[in-house]
Amino acid sequence: MKLHEFQAKELFAKYAIPIQKGTVIERLEQLDGSTLTYPLVLKAQVLVGGRGKAGGIKVAKSLSEAKQHARAILGMDIKGEKVKRLLVAEAAEIGAEYYLAFVVDRVARRLVAIASAAGGIDIEDVARQTPGKIARVAIDPFLGFQPFHGRGLGRNIRLSGTLLNDFVKISTTLYRLCVTEDAELAEINPLAVVGDRLLAVDAKVIIDDNAVFRHPDLPRNEELTELEHMARASGLSYVELDGDIAIIGNGAGLVMATLDIVAHFGGRPANFLDVGGGATEENMRRAVDIVARKSGVRALFVNIFGGITRCDDIARGITSSPPPMQMVVRLTGTNEDEGRRILKAAGIHVYVDPEEAAQQVVSLVRGRSM
Amino acid sequence: MSVLINRTTRVLVQGITGYQGEFHTAMMLEFGTQVVAGVTPGKGGQKAHRVPVFETVEEAVHETGATAACIFVPARGAKDAALEAISAGLDPVVIITEGVPVHDSLQVMEHARRSGVRVVGPNCPGVTSPGQCKIGIMPNHLFKPGPVGVVSRSGTLTYEIVAGLSGKGIGQSTAIGLGGDPVVGVSFTDALKMFHDDPETTAVVLIGEIGGSAEEDAARFLEDHRSKPVIGYIAGQTAPPGKRMGHAGAVISGGEGTAAAKVEALRRAGARVATLPGEVAGFVREVLR
Repeated sequence: MKLHEFQAKELFAKYAIPIQKGTVIERLEQLDGSTLTYPLVLKAQVLVGGRGKAGGIKVAKSLSEAKQHARAILGMDIKGEKVKRLLVAEAAEIGAEYYLAFVVDRVARRLVAIASAAGGIDIEDVARQTPGKIARVAIDPFLGFQPFHGRGLGRNIRLSGTLLNDFVKISTTLYRLCVTEDAELAEINPLAVVGDRLLAVDAKVIIDDNAVFRHPDLPRNEELTELEHMARASGLSYVELDGDIAIIGNGAGLVMATLDIVAHFGGRPANFLDVGGGATEENMRRAVDIVARKSGVRALFVNIFGGITRCDDIARGITSSPPPMQMVVRLTGTNEDEGRRILKAAGIHVYVDPEEAAQQVVSLVRGRSM
Repeated sequence: MSVLINRTTRVLVQGITGYQGEFHTAMMLEFGTQVVAGVTPGKGGQKAHRVPVFETVEEAVHETGATAACIFVPARGAKDAALEAISAGLDPVVIITEGVPVHDSLQVMEHARRSGVRVVGPNCPGVTSPGQCKIGIMPNHLFKPGPVGVVSRSGTLTYEIVAGLSGKGIGQSTAIGLGGDPVVGVSFTDALKMFHDDPETTAVVLIGEIGGSAEEDAARFLEDHRSKPVIGYIAGQTAPPGKRMGHAGAVISGGEGTAAAKVEALRRAGARVATLPGEVAGFVREVLR
């Protein structure tokens, strides 16, 4: 779960990581009584990246200029996300820009601290072009990230004196935040020199979805569509895509493979719904209901490999509330005879081979469009 | 032969009295697995399918000589259960539980690394050595003993491919479900090493998916140790970037983790990579000839 910049900075403030003075606004009038000192920077609060290039970040020297920018940015659409809030902060005179992050390294199976003197730009570009400018420390979770780690990392990006002291304090604190709040990423880019001190000018925090349950105090940013929300409430995993063939399967890998098979034969999946291992009749009924609600869906493809999941449960789920569209079912595995019998009685043909079934569903959709 | 587990493996099930634990203990027993002990704190002294239940792993190991662990404990208790199993020296420790927080997994992996214990999972279907031992939740009837090692990040897709192999009369030495989380224990590379060292495994099926770079890592290993043929399949070729496709670890981010990059890396390392899962069994039959 990604946090908005202002939410990440609220966490920074709570942990005493230095940030610029600022406030969050949703309406123009909130700029009127502001005690902040101009120039101010206005930043669109969206979860998608690339807001600067999209015109979502502006500097204002006066109240009238600030209002003009705020009017333009509030309500703006950035990559499909509507801007509802602005972070308004005192625009600091920025010197050198550094980069600092803690992130889960999947291959090393460790949290790593990453720092660079080339801050302010995309760290992945730095990693590709000048990997030598990036310093890393892999962290033993039982030892933690100690001040000496911070000093070593800071020296590797050529910090000294007050700035090094600031870096050690900020990095050890950011590590504590990362572990305490269950972040899978905590990033400051840029970590900038303002006057003679280091300051977090931007903030990016992603909370581990699996750990959200133990953080009742954190905000909930669910950028879910209505259908994604319905699926989550039913314990199903759902992803919206932009084609016209709805897809239901059991198990994430199998559903991904099903999308690939359908695309291979020239079809366009409308969505991805994983009913999960051991899906019940009720799960299946809900799954059909959810995928069929998506507008523009012209056919449904159900691909089930019954392992823990029982084919008869799946069949009953389908027949108890059949979708209002053409359907192709591929069903094999545990209790498949009973599943096939139930579907046959309801006039539904059952395929055993997923590729044959995929070709059938694609031809159904194509046939109708011709 | 097999890797990770065999007919001498003595399994302890943590969370044996829960719904999943109890059901799959019965399935494991039916498969022929020696399930010798269960642990559920607060329920010591009971029995589950005639398997004695203990309060702690230490007592269970002392009383029954268990050698490996299978964990069904819910996500909030999974870390503690895994640390307990590792501390008791059980190996492998197979974590079936889905939804384990990543910082918990990081502690588990660190403790396992220090203790020389192999962890499989979390969020995995387990490990199956046909005719010998099964730890986890893979369906019993699909498997057939034979020469093919199978390693995968997915559950049902593995069943699909294993069923395809068995249907063509091709048996398996061991099937390993690595798990769908970003941080898991045994990796593709670890599994390839084990299969390369197992004299009775003659070919390996590697089933990957989008997200991370574990498949690319495995490809690097293959370039250096190309002693056995590898057939690959990567799921998520059409998955859009930035969307988590069901598994916590299945997400393309910052241009990393695409199916195309994984397919390319494996092909360059000499693996034959199928475009459709249905092609895998046929490719395996060709290399076994």
